[in-house]
Amino acid sequence: MYLAQGVGLLDVLMIVLYLASVAYLGWLGYRHTRTASDYLVAGRKVHPFIMAMSYGSTFISTSAIVGFGGVAAMFGMSLLWLTFCNIFVGIFIAFVVLGGPTRHLGHRLDAHTFPELLGRRYDSKLLHVLAGLVIFLVMPLYAAAVMIGGTEFLATAFNINYPLALMIFAVVTAAYVFWGGLKGVLYTDALQGSIMTLGMLFLLVYAYYTAGGIVQGHEDLTAMKDKVFVGFKAIGHQGWTAMPLFGWGKPEGLPATAPSPYNLWWIVVGTIVMGVGIGVLAQPQLVVRFMTVKSKRELNRALAIGGTFILLMTGVAFTVGAVSNVYFYKHEVIRGKVLLEDTLDIVAKKEPGQKPAIIKCVVMHLDTLGDGRQDTHIVKSGLPGTPFEKIMPQAQITPMPDGTVEVRPQATAFTRAVVWDDVQKTWIFNSDSIIPTFVTSAMPRWFKVIFLLTLLSAAMSTMSSQYHALGTAMGRDVFDTLAGNHGTATQKTIHVVRIGIIVGLVVAIVISYFARGGYFIARATSIWFGLCASAFLPAFVGGLFLRRITRVGAIASMIVGFTVTAFWLLFVKEAEAGAIGLVRLFTPDVGGGIHPNSILYNYPNWPVVDPMFVALPLSALTAFVVSLFTRPPSQEHLDRCFGTGKPVVVSKQEGLAAR
Amino acid sequence: MLGIDDTYVWLAYLLCLLSTILCVVYGAINWNRGDEVIEPADVRWAAEQDKAEQDL
Repeated sequence: MYLAQGVGLLDVLMIVLYLASVAYLGWLGYRHTRTASDYLVAGRKVHPFIMAMSYGSTFISTSAIVGFGGVAAMFGMSLLWLTFCNIFVGIFIAFVVLGGPTRHLGHRLDAHTFPELLGRRYDSKLLHVLAGLVIFLVMPLYAAAVMIGGTEFLATAFNINYPLALMIFAVVTAAYVFWGGLKGVLYTDALQGSIMTLGMLFLLVYAYYTAGGIVQGHEDLTAMKDKVFVGFKAIGHQGWTAMPLFGWGKPEGLPATAPSPYNLWWIVVGTIVMGVGIGVLAQPQLVVRFMTVKSKRELNRALAIGGTFILLMTGVAFTVGAVSNVYFYKHEVIRGKVLLEDTLDIVAKKEPGQKPAIIKCVVMHLDTLGDGRQDTHIVKSGLPGTPFEKIMPQAQITPMPDGTVEVRPQATAFTRAVVWDDVQKTWIFNSDSIIPTFVTSAMPRWFKVIFLLTLLSAAMSTMSSQYHALGTAMGRDVFDTLAGNHGTATQKTIHVVRIGIIVGLVVAIVISYFARGGYFIARATSIWFGLCASAFLPAFVGGLFLRRITRVGAIASMIVGFTVTAFWLLFVKEAEAGAIGLVRLFTPDVGGGIHPNSILYNYPNWPVVDPMFVALPLSALTAFVVSLFTRPPSQEHLDRCFGTGKPVVVSKQEGLAAR
Repeated sequence: MLGIDDTYVWLAYLLCLLSTILCVVYGAINWNRGDEVIEPADVRWAAEQDKAEQDL
C-alpha cells in the first residue's frame, strides 16, 4: 500500500523501461559474444567512450553522489579537493602512469584478479590469499555504502520507509548482479554512465538556476556562514565556501569538554579527501579494468572522457550539495497541510557508549501530496525557552485560505534533513538524506525518477564490479590457491564464488539496515579506500616499478598496512572504534559510567585522524626497509614479470589460432 | 572569485576544471599514440579471461 502511494505509474514505467534496456543490452552482449579475445586479439574495436564510461561508472557510485554530496552539504566546498584528486589521481595518474604497466604485468603473469596480480608478481601464495581475504572481509562495507546511497533516495523521494526501500534496492541490484551483471557487459556500463551524465548535468544546471546563478549562488552561500550549525562551528567549520580551520591540538582556554576546533580539517582533508583520493589507485575492481584494454592508446583515448565524466559526477555532487544550503535557507517554499506538530528530541550526533547530542525542536509533519500521509518533516523552531531556540532555524509559516500552510523552512541542508530512523526508533538529522531531499523538493517532479535511474545506474555498475571482486576473491584467490587449482576453475570454485557473493550481499544488507546517520556512507567508503591504500598500494606500485621490492617486503607491507589500520579503527579513531565498542574496555570511566571511544581521547585531533595517515607511511616504509634486508627476486622471475626487452610479435591469425 | 572568497576553495574549484582540461588535452594529443603489438602473453591472457568469464 505504501509503495503504491509513493510511486506513480509514470515512475514505474520509466523504471521498467530502464531495466528492460539494461537487460536488452546485456542480451546483445551475450549474443555477439564479445569476449576479451575479441577485443584484445581479434582487433574488435572498443570505442573510447564506452571504455571511459565503463571505468567511470564503476568508479563512481551512489556513495559519491548521495553520501559525499551530503557531506559537502554539511561541510562545504572544501570537498572539491576530493574531486580534484578523483580527476588528477584517480583518472590522470591511474590511466597515464599505472594503466600501461598494470596491463603488461597482468598479461605476462596471466593474472586476472588484483590479488592474483600481487601474488604472482611476488611469487607468493600467502600474499595472494591474504589480499583475497582482505577484499572479501572488508569490501561488504563499501558495498553497504553504495546500497545505502540508493536506499536513502528511494526512501525520501518516494516516501517509503527505509527497510522497505532497502529491500527493493537490494533485490533489484542483486538480481542484476546474478543475471548477467558480473559479466561486466561494456555496453550496459556505457548506458548507465550516459544516464548518470545526463542526470548530473541537469542537476547542476537546475541547482545553480534555483540558487540564482553561479556567482549569486556562491555569494549567498558565503554570506550564510553565520548559519553554520553550532556543533560544526565548534570543530572548525568556517562557512560553506571556506576551508575548515587548520591546526593541531587544542588552543588553551577552551573547556575540557569542548572539542578541538581543528577536528573538521582532519575529517575533511585527512579522511575524506586524502583517504578516498589516494585509495582509488589500489582499488581491486578498477585495477583489473586496465588489463582488459588492448594498448596504451585506448587508455589515452579514454582519458578525455573519463576526466570529464568524473568532473560531472563528484564535481557536480559536491557543488550541488554545498549550494543546496542556499536553496533550503533562501528559496525553499513548501505548501501542504499540517497533520501534526510536536516537540521532538532529534539526534544530531550519536556515538555508541557516549551521551548523544540531542536537539529539542518543534517539528511540523506535513502532507504536501494530498494523500493524507506525512511526507515532509520541517523544524519549525528550537524548543522555545531553551538554548535550542537560538541555534535552530525559525520557519516562516503563512496560513492559506484553503486550510493549508506555506512554509519557508529557512534551514540549512543539515537541519532540513530530519528523518525517522525506523531501526533505532528515533528522529535524526541525516546528512545522507540531504541530496535526496534537495532533489525531491527543488527539482521538477519528473526528475525524481530520472535521478533514481541515475542512482540505480551508479549503484548497479559499481556493485557488479564489487561483487565480481568479492566472489573471485573468495573463489579464485582464496579457495583455488589453497586447493592448488592454478587458475583452473572447478565446479567447486564456481560454488565458492557464488557463496562468496551471497555472503557479501547479505553482510552488506545487514550493515545497510543498522548503520544509518553520522554520514555513514562517506565514512564507510573512506575506510575501504584508505585500507586499500595502506594494505595494497606500496606492494602494488612497488610491484609495477621497483624490481628490488621483495616477496617478504611486500607481505610485511601488507600485514603492517592492514594491522595498523585495524588497530586504529578499533582503538583510536573514535567514530569507528565507538561503533565496534572494544575500545571502551580499555578506556577509564570519565564520569557517569562513560568510557571514551578512543585510547587517545586526551590527545586532541588524534581521535579523528584517518588510519591511512599512519598506516600508509608505515606500510610503504616497511616495504622498502624489509626489501633492503631480504633476498632480491631472481632475475628469471623479474624477466617473467617485466619481460626481457625483446618483444615477441604474433599476427592476428596466430592470435586467433591460439584461442 | 566566482563568489568564493577562500583562496584554497577557489583553487580547488579551479584545479577541478584544469585537471579535466589536462585529461582532455593529453588524450587529444596522444589520441593515436601508444598502439602496442600483440604478444603471446596477451593472447594467452585473453583466452584465460574468456574462460574465467564463461565459468562465471
